[in-house]
Amino acid sequence: MSQPAGWARLDPRMLAVAPGQELVRFLPLLVVALLAGRGNEQPFWVLGVLVMAAGTGVLRWLTTRYRVDAERVEVHSGLVFRQHRSVPRDRVRTVDVTANPLQRLFGLAVLRVGTGRQQESRQQELALNAVSASEAERLRGLLLDRSQRVDPAGSAATGPTPPAGSTAPAGPTPPAGSATGSAPPAGSVAAGSAEAGSAPTIATGLAPPAATRAPAVRELARISWTWLRFAPLTVFGVVAVGALLGTTWQLLEQFGVSPTDVDLARTLFDRLTGSPVWLAAVTITAGVLVVGTLGAVVLYAEAWWRYRLTRHPDNTLQIDRGLLTRRSVSLEERKLRGVTVAEPLLLRAGGGASCTAVATGSGGSGRAQLLPPAPRAQAHRVAAAVLREATPPTLAPLRRHPRAALRRRLIRAVLPALALLAVLGIADLWLPSWPWQLAAILLVPASVLVALDRYRNLGHAETARQLVAREGSVLRQTVALQHQGIIGWKIEQSIFQRRAGIATVTATTATGSGAYRVLDVELPEGLLVADSATPGLLTPFLLP
Amino acid sequence: MTDPSSPRLRQPAHRVSSRAILWWTAQALGGWLALLVPATVGVLFVEDEPGWIATGLEVLAVLALAHILVMPSWRFRVHRWEATADAVYTQSGWLNQEWRVAPMSRIQTVDTERGPLQQLLGLSTVTVTTASAAGPLHVAGLDAGVASRLVEQLTATTQATAGDAT
Repeated sequence: MSQPAGWARLDPRMLAVAPGQELVRFLPLLVVALLAGRGNEQPFWVLGVLVMAAGTGVLRWLTTRYRVDAERVEVHSGLVFRQHRSVPRDRVRTVDVTANPLQRLFGLAVLRVGTGRQQESRQQELALNAVSASEAERLRGLLLDRSQRVDPAGSAATGPTPPAGSTAPAGPTPPAGSATGSAPPAGSVAAGSAEAGSAPTIATGLAPPAATRAPAVRELARISWTWLRFAPLTVFGVVAVGALLGTTWQLLEQFGVSPTDVDLARTLFDRLTGSPVWLAAVTITAGVLVVGTLGAVVLYAEAWWRYRLTRHPDNTLQIDRGLLTRRSVSLEERKLRGVTVAEPLLLRAGGGASCTAVATGSGGSGRAQLLPPAPRAQAHRVAAAVLREATPPTLAPLRRHPRAALRRRLIRAVLPALALLAVLGIADLWLPSWPWQLAAILLVPASVLVALDRYRNLGHAETARQLVAREGSVLRQTVALQHQGIIGWKIEQSIFQRRAGIATVTATTATGSGAYRVLDVELPEGLLVADSATPGLLTPFLLP
Repeated sequence: MTDPSSPRLRQPAHRVSSRAILWWTAQALGGWLALLVPATVGVLFVEDEPGWIATGLEVLAVLALAHILVMPSWRFRVHRWEATADAVYTQSGWLNQEWRVAPMSRIQTVDTERGPLQQLLGLSTVTVTTASAAGPLHVAGLDAGVASRLVEQLTATTQATAGDAT
């Protein structure tokens, strides 16, 4: 295979890294090989798997070629299943550069290109695994630098370009003109400057008026280790520790080791079975909590080590993070359609929130999380900074929804709980012991509480440039959706909603989850909101 | 809610073909038969089945009859569509209803589908997709001729608008 002009290979250093990586993929096979081949055959099997792992890496290096020309990014790969992926350069929305510890050791990085396609699977995504770190950096700059190309059709037809995309002075928000008020969020600025020396960049991303495109990188947020206190408030810790224990247990069993053979586990087990039930339950719960908390803290620290959110002069946002695996996601601001502030119940109770971008292309290779779980004020500040607003749109005063919405929340939460109780009662499947019975009965008041909270959280608002909607109780989400990111409307009424005069108004976008709804709003109010968010689109279909 | 100044949605201009009633009836009939016939046969051949199974089947049969009689004509009164120079507007559903608007500039593909039953009745379903994962717009039960004219119109209009529709 000769190498045509313009086509580049992956970095040869990947040959050193690839076998190790492939081995992870071949791990199930390796386990099978270890188990299947008893006695003298075993080394042979294992060697076979190792050679296959190494071979796949070599093959990938030999067959993969890539090229970036004026129009498109192209990647050739595969020997048996030949693949040719080609993405027009103006479809590139995100560039994700990731390097795991092994790759970092060899100065390599994996580059992934996110396009606007929905439900991008791993198969479809365009990835270079791996190139040198400097090449990844060069490609990132090349792929996202809009100034090098002129595509008048592309940006003109998709509606008014966001303020960020044009070369006009950035951040045209008039100091006092926005709908949500003019006072700079003094509190959040103070909170921000507490943990970063570079104070000027903290100030909500609102550039000093016409600060003629300073070529500097502006920092919008960086990690503060006081945020670690929010780590245990994400359930991931407990879940991850549980999963880890589960797999370890299974692996041990696979290799014929019973956990009760280990002395420490043995003593623990004996102690627990020897003590009363309630004591065992308390001990286990406490153990899970402690280990889960530790796990959550470690995971948080690993994932968000040296986290920084920055805005670059080419109008891209960049998120750098990670201790062992270093990850760096760039997304084009022109394709940013909004921001979501998420508050899972526990995190909300602890005064925390996280912040996620609603951006084209961020659906595929992991959502573009802009901010880890952090103080709520920080989440709103980052939301404002990223959207180039003076005040956080996600804090805009929300209009409440009518009482009919409360009725619907209650019915929807309580009916399933009652139905469950009824079925249990009728079918005589009465639960074995009193704790279960109590739990089943407590389900009803719990569902009422959730319904009340869901209603309390419902709300929507209209700012100068965003549609803001909030809902949810266990996971409360406030989305601020850029008006120009809305590409259609869906208005739904169930028979009950119709009788109550309410509707669910959904704005559809090309990004994120694709649809953001205003739940159980009065129909006329919902139509007014939709009409003002996309002037002219709905108007011909409205009766005054 | 009765405030005269509050906006309401007007109905899209065009109805779907009246043959769609037949189509929906046949679909509902088929669906219910596929469920009820095997169930009835099963009940007939099983001895000593508890009494409530037969009662349940009777209730289901009544529901099925009501659904088959009411749903198609109700749907026909609801289902409407309209394509202006700027947008596609649809209204659909029966118990639960839905209105959808997609601007021409954001339309990505326009497809036509004709199942065997629809071919028999001379009907087509036009599907308009946008870049959103929220799902496409469907205009079901259109007269085949009307459908192909609609597709032509939509294709012509969307080709005239540049951009990647996101």
